[in-house]
Amino acid sequence: MRRHPVALMVIVGLVASAIGIALALVIDWFPTDAAKQAEPIDTLYDVLMIVSVPVFVLVVIVTLFAVWQFRMRPGQEKMDGPPIHGNTRLEIVWTAVPAILLVSLCSYAYTVLTDIEEKEANTLVVNVVGQQFAWRYSYPQEGGRAIETTQLVLPKDRPILFKVRALDVIHDFWVPAFRVKIDAVPGIETEVRATPTKIGRFEVVCAELCGLGHAVMRSTARVVTPAAYDSWIAEQVRGGAAGGGGAAGGDDAAGGDDAAGGDASGGDAAALGRETFVQNCGSCHTLADAGTSGAAGPDLTTALRGQSEEQIREDIVDPDARIAEGFQAGVMPGNFSETLSAEQIDGLVTYLVSVSR
Amino acid sequence: MTAKLRAPGWYRAGLFVLLGIAFSYALVGVVRTLMHYPDAWADGDAITTVALIATPLFFLVGLGCFDYWFYYASGRPTRAEDHSSHGASSWKDYFRVNTDHKVIGIQYICTSFFFMFLGGLIAMLMRAELAKPGMQFVDSSTFNGLFSVHAALLIFLFVIPVFAGIANYVLPLMIGAPDMAFPRLNALSFWMLPAAGVLLTASFFAPGGAFASGWTAYAPLSTDMPLGQVFFTVGVQFAGASSIATALNFLVTIITMRAPGMSFFRMPLLVWANFSTSLLVVIATPFIAASQFFVLLDRALGFQYFDAFVGSGKNGSVLMYQHVFWFYSHPAVYIMMLPGFGIVSEILSVKARKPIFGYRMMAFSLLAIVALGFTVWAHHMFVSGMQSWIRVPMMITTAIIAVPTGIKIFSWLATLWKGVLHLDTPMLFALGFLTTFTLGGISGVMLSMIPFDIYVSDTYFIVAHIHYVLFGGSLFTIFAGIYYWFPKMTGRMYDETLGKVHFWMTFVFFNVTFGPMHLLGLDGMPRRVADYAEQYATLNLFVTIASFALGLSMLVFLYNMVASWRGGPRAAANPWRSLTLEWQVSSPPPIFNFDAVPTVVGGPYEYGVPGAVHGIFQSPTEAKPTHAGSVATSPTRE
Repeated sequence: MRRHPVALMVIVGLVASAIGIALALVIDWFPTDAAKQAEPIDTLYDVLMIVSVPVFVLVVIVTLFAVWQFRMRPGQEKMDGPPIHGNTRLEIVWTAVPAILLVSLCSYAYTVLTDIEEKEANTLVVNVVGQQFAWRYSYPQEGGRAIETTQLVLPKDRPILFKVRALDVIHDFWVPAFRVKIDAVPGIETEVRATPTKIGRFEVVCAELCGLGHAVMRSTARVVTPAAYDSWIAEQVRGGAAGGGGAAGGDDAAGGDDAAGGDASGGDAAALGRETFVQNCGSCHTLADAGTSGAAGPDLTTALRGQSEEQIREDIVDPDARIAEGFQAGVMPGNFSETLSAEQIDGLVTYLVSVSR
Repeated sequence: MTAKLRAPGWYRAGLFVLLGIAFSYALVGVVRTLMHYPDAWADGDAITTVALIATPLFFLVGLGCFDYWFYYASGRPTRAEDHSSHGASSWKDYFRVNTDHKVIGIQYICTSFFFMFLGGLIAMLMRAELAKPGMQFVDSSTFNGLFSVHAALLIFLFVIPVFAGIANYVLPLMIGAPDMAFPRLNALSFWMLPAAGVLLTASFFAPGGAFASGWTAYAPLSTDMPLGQVFFTVGVQFAGASSIATALNFLVTIITMRAPGMSFFRMPLLVWANFSTSLLVVIATPFIAASQFFVLLDRALGFQYFDAFVGSGKNGSVLMYQHVFWFYSHPAVYIMMLPGFGIVSEILSVKARKPIFGYRMMAFSLLAIVALGFTVWAHHMFVSGMQSWIRVPMMITTAIIAVPTGIKIFSWLATLWKGVLHLDTPMLFALGFLTTFTLGGISGVMLSMIPFDIYVSDTYFIVAHIHYVLFGGSLFTIFAGIYYWFPKMTGRMYDETLGKVHFWMTFVFFNVTFGPMHLLGLDGMPRRVADYAEQYATLNLFVTIASFALGLSMLVFLYNMVASWRGGPRAAANPWRSLTLEWQVSSPPPIFNFDAVPTVVGGPYEYGVPGAVHGIFQSPTEAKPTHAGSVATSPTRE
């Protein structure tokens, strides 16, 4: 081997590439996949890694090899290398081969793109509206009013077309388990398609910086059996808002998504409550004591007067249970029991009770 | 005292800053009174907005950037041989308006490194917050401000200007010119920079906090932001104007001031790289100026370019902002990379003792990147909701731009082949660049593939990619260049051992800081969030610890630079046995660079060619070719 350093380089390169590709392919680097769109995208990643790893290894191996073989040794301080100015054939090869490779990759990526964005029969349309800092959904009903809700419930194995809008700034509707995302853009309606394939709860994330509450602009997509979906729809049509908000929170522990929680130790509950209010509620609610001036929801400086502690707590975790006059059900996110920690909600209640006196 | 206030300098600049604030106050008050606005004299937002524009201009006038032009415009005779503002004899000369390109180069480099350390400290604060899920040190308003200011400072106040600084120092020397084509414009370009930096940094003190809409400042978030946003909007205008003026200066200098015999294809590749970069700057930078003017007009005067709220009956176009913004900001990536390509070409050829492989293709690939660089901007917008067909051509051009980039990487590798590699600090940084930048380039090709981009855009994969390109790419070349030209700029040698320690610490901790971010992105962690889910906690803690070590490695660099500049051993004129012209004069060079105009008789990289010379300092008829790598031939200094 010492006599054939280039052969050694080729062998080391092949081994390193094989290890790199194996690491990329064998370990599952992605979160759960829960939509038809996930598989072609994950496969595209695999193909890209199979092509990329050898290119990277080539550059690193040649660099290391040059350092090993051609480094200046004692006595060579005044020596120069051979005056090689170029090699036309080599230069054509390393122009043409990458070009062909890249165009092939583009063609493949294009087929994946048409695959994941294919229009399908029996597509369910769900309208998504982003606003600072919550998602709302509406399900158009034939011959009736659309169901307005803060819950995203989807039937398994049915193609969904999300029609996405924004009320204030740009947001981005992203379900990592579905792999697809699209910006919610003020003034236009954007679209993204996904076909859920797994029953369960999947996180909805805002992926475009939208202001102070960007990190907590989360919601949950619940994928259920078609039958369960139908009964949920029927229930929504029948019961309207009454049963809506409450069901979302109770049954699942908030999992990994306990938002701005965690670090409640130290400060007293009301201070935490005030901070939580400013970060999570102030964009929609005016409250003189907290210095906020949102106008989407009732003005709490006056609306809180005479409310009991229980009522305030219910208004936070189940906002649609009682609606103030002149305001609509389904606007306030119904998932604060998921996105806020228990201490934050307790603090919020303590704080709001204290300012309502 | 009155004499001090009348003469150009810091006293007059201070006075003019006060005048600028007074002017802004009066202008706003008078205009609002005439318009019958309520509270005509007490609108803080309006006064601040006008003051942010006017005060830096007053400062520049006060400091003396415009003195000669005023003198000339008033009809007095020109002073053709007036060199009173040229060159530096004490450290104080670096703090005034100076027309010497060497002084300006140092001014640029020191200023931009100051902002690099500031931006780096801000990054440390961010990583501290991100060490654990939940909120620990800062609230989300501050956090959003931190990452916005971090990016804005490092892009507009570090990477772009530090390359302008290095080229300012080196480029006129390389082409055999006594100075830049427009020395006074050069001085003005520099002094706009600290003004811009102060604006961006001072935004932390604005009511409502620093601008917190990212360095991308997407409308309508940016038009909605508190006052801090205006500091960005206006600060970028000054940084951009500085950048454009310098680029024009480089273009004219390169085209008109090359030494006799220096044809375009005898120029060192650093000169080619800055020629290409300057083309990009002159064409693209006005677009970011426009995008920020849109935001300013929307905010300050209610133009409603981006007002498109549902039901409001306003039909502004939110996507237009992104198109205009990225039409600059994608080429900006090349503005931040091509000069680095030039630096690496210089160093690899000299340190491998071989001619650069495929010189002409190296030059042409730079121009190919310039041309292609303008056709890829919408790959930043694959999930923006723009017309979906635009994505496909943008994917193809984005992938294809890897071809000229690949040509450069393969040619550098071929340059190493069979050379005699001097593995000192500049060379280590250049070799480190080759590997880290290749990784950044490959993740770039992956991101050009639309379906994959749809998944990872706005995740940590993007954060990893951009840092592999701008840190592993640009910053590594900047360090390589600073070490390489340190003897020329300061006349002293840096400490080689500390340099190597700096390289290995930077290289290792850079990779362990930013490598894992790819995995966080693949696993679905969104970027620009202060708080994240529990599943990402382990890797984030790891990244945070690594980033602190990376931060520490910068202190090694700082110490090496300061200590070596003060007391390093004297540097020879040509310690690297390089052929290019800047090494044929003393270190540091004479005040007007060349005591005799050099004549260029051959290519810049003819290492290994017996008897090859690049430039000679006698007239061509009496010149005898000297052996490559022989001692400097500057007639007066040796």
